[in-house]
Amino acid sequence: MATRVGAPVVEARELEGEVRLQGLTRRFGEVVALQDVALRIAPREVVAVVGPSGCGKSTLLELVCGLQEPSDGTVHAGRAVLMPQRDLLLPWLDARDNAALPLRLAGTNKSDARAQAHALLTELGLDGFEASRTWELSGGMRQRVAVARTLLSGAPILCLDEPFGALDAITRADAQTWLSAILHRTPRTVLLVTHDVEEAAVLADRVLVLSPRPGRIVADLAVDLPRTATGRDPTDARVVAVRARALEALRGAMA
Amino acid sequence: MLAALVVIALLGGWEAYARLGSIDDFILPAPDQVAASLWEDRGLLWDNLLVTAQEVVLGLALALAAGALLALALHRFGPLRRAVYPLLVGTQAIPIVTIAPLLAAWFGYGLLPKLVIVALVCFFPIVVTTLDGLAAVDPEQHKLLRSLGASRAQTFRWVEAPAALPAALSGAKIAVAVGGIAAVFAEYAGSEKGLGHLLLQSIPQLETARAWAAVTVLAALAICCFALLALAERRLAPWAHRKDPDA
Repeated sequence: MATRVGAPVVEARELEGEVRLQGLTRRFGEVVALQDVALRIAPREVVAVVGPSGCGKSTLLELVCGLQEPSDGTVHAGRAVLMPQRDLLLPWLDARDNAALPLRLAGTNKSDARAQAHALLTELGLDGFEASRTWELSGGMRQRVAVARTLLSGAPILCLDEPFGALDAITRADAQTWLSAILHRTPRTVLLVTHDVEEAAVLADRVLVLSPRPGRIVADLAVDLPRTATGRDPTDARVVAVRARALEALRGAMA
Repeated sequence: MLAALVVIALLGGWEAYARLGSIDDFILPAPDQVAASLWEDRGLLWDNLLVTAQEVVLGLALALAAGALLALALHRFGPLRRAVYPLLVGTQAIPIVTIAPLLAAWFGYGLLPKLVIVALVCFFPIVVTTLDGLAAVDPEQHKLLRSLGASRAQTFRWVEAPAALPAALSGAKIAVAVGGIAAVFAEYAGSEKGLGHLLLQSIPQLETARAWAAVTVLAALAICCFALLALAERRLAPWAHRKDPDA
């Protein structure tokens, strides 16, 4: 049986950031999306998930967030919040109110929620844009607001589904830098789905490689490099080596 | 600009036909006679306009309230939607002209039967567009809200209601164009005042120019209401007119 949202309060706070998956299988009718996935993620660990399209990466995140029930196996995780691929900002709210949404949903009053959102947006380099309408923001800015919204949920586990997939290369490199910075200051457990092995090597402590459907973990690569406040340098030889290993595992999985 | 030219051309054609053709004034008055009547009968037209405008505006407000509530209920409960939606479409086949006298007999000759008739005509487009607005919410958005722990009521407050607002106003814009006609039918069925009442009196009295003046005022009323709703939409839902990169 899965323990989920509202995990026992008695559990040590540190463990809220832990994710444990055992024998996890998810079927949609005849189609097996994920098969027998076992995984333990320590609190504050950043784990990247790479794999071919349709290998069940998004399903994995939704299972961890409790948005789907496993067909078999168990999910043990503290409160996890999903950041979907598209930013899904609400056009009737300005940048600050979009970021503050989880606080308002949790019952924080308007002015406190806005103050917290403003502080975080400032930290993310959006000072002066807090009252902007969503359509006035660039793609990179919208993604910052979406990340702020995810962080302000206060969940110890963040499930990011290709958060920067729609951004151009320069904006994406920039986004990886500020995400590293924010995770450096306020560490969280992160499950990061990406199709970009370089992004995985720059941001993560571990890189999981999934096979084509039915998705199984075919490689679990430790990055063994410290995370820094600005993200690793993608041209660093050791990062390039991690990337090469991940690519090789991915090719092996596809074969 | 182009619209003005079209109007001028039509009026010119009408004027020429009415003047040069062998048509009696009481059958088809020329536009200048209608204009003269608009001026001479301005007091009379104004008094009756106020009555009809009240019926249209209040009827539309009633339709908006009832339509939005019904749309919400239908959206919330799938079985209710499947049960009631066909019936709702069926109500639109009811010939309002023929049931208006029944409603007048039922509700009396005051404001109420007019409101009911205007609302009956107006509420259908409002229900349909509001329902579409509610259904158009991205399923991913629902997923996100669920992940953030939002309750059903919170999802409505933060996502569904704002999404449905511009849709409901669009429905109201469609509705208000026919709302004036509904008010006229309602007044035909029994009334002492209003532009419909004025029309009904002017035609047998062979005051055809006045009748056309009343029609002109009705058209102006519809245009004003439409413009006000369009303005309200821009004010209340500015996002609906923005090209959202994510949409």
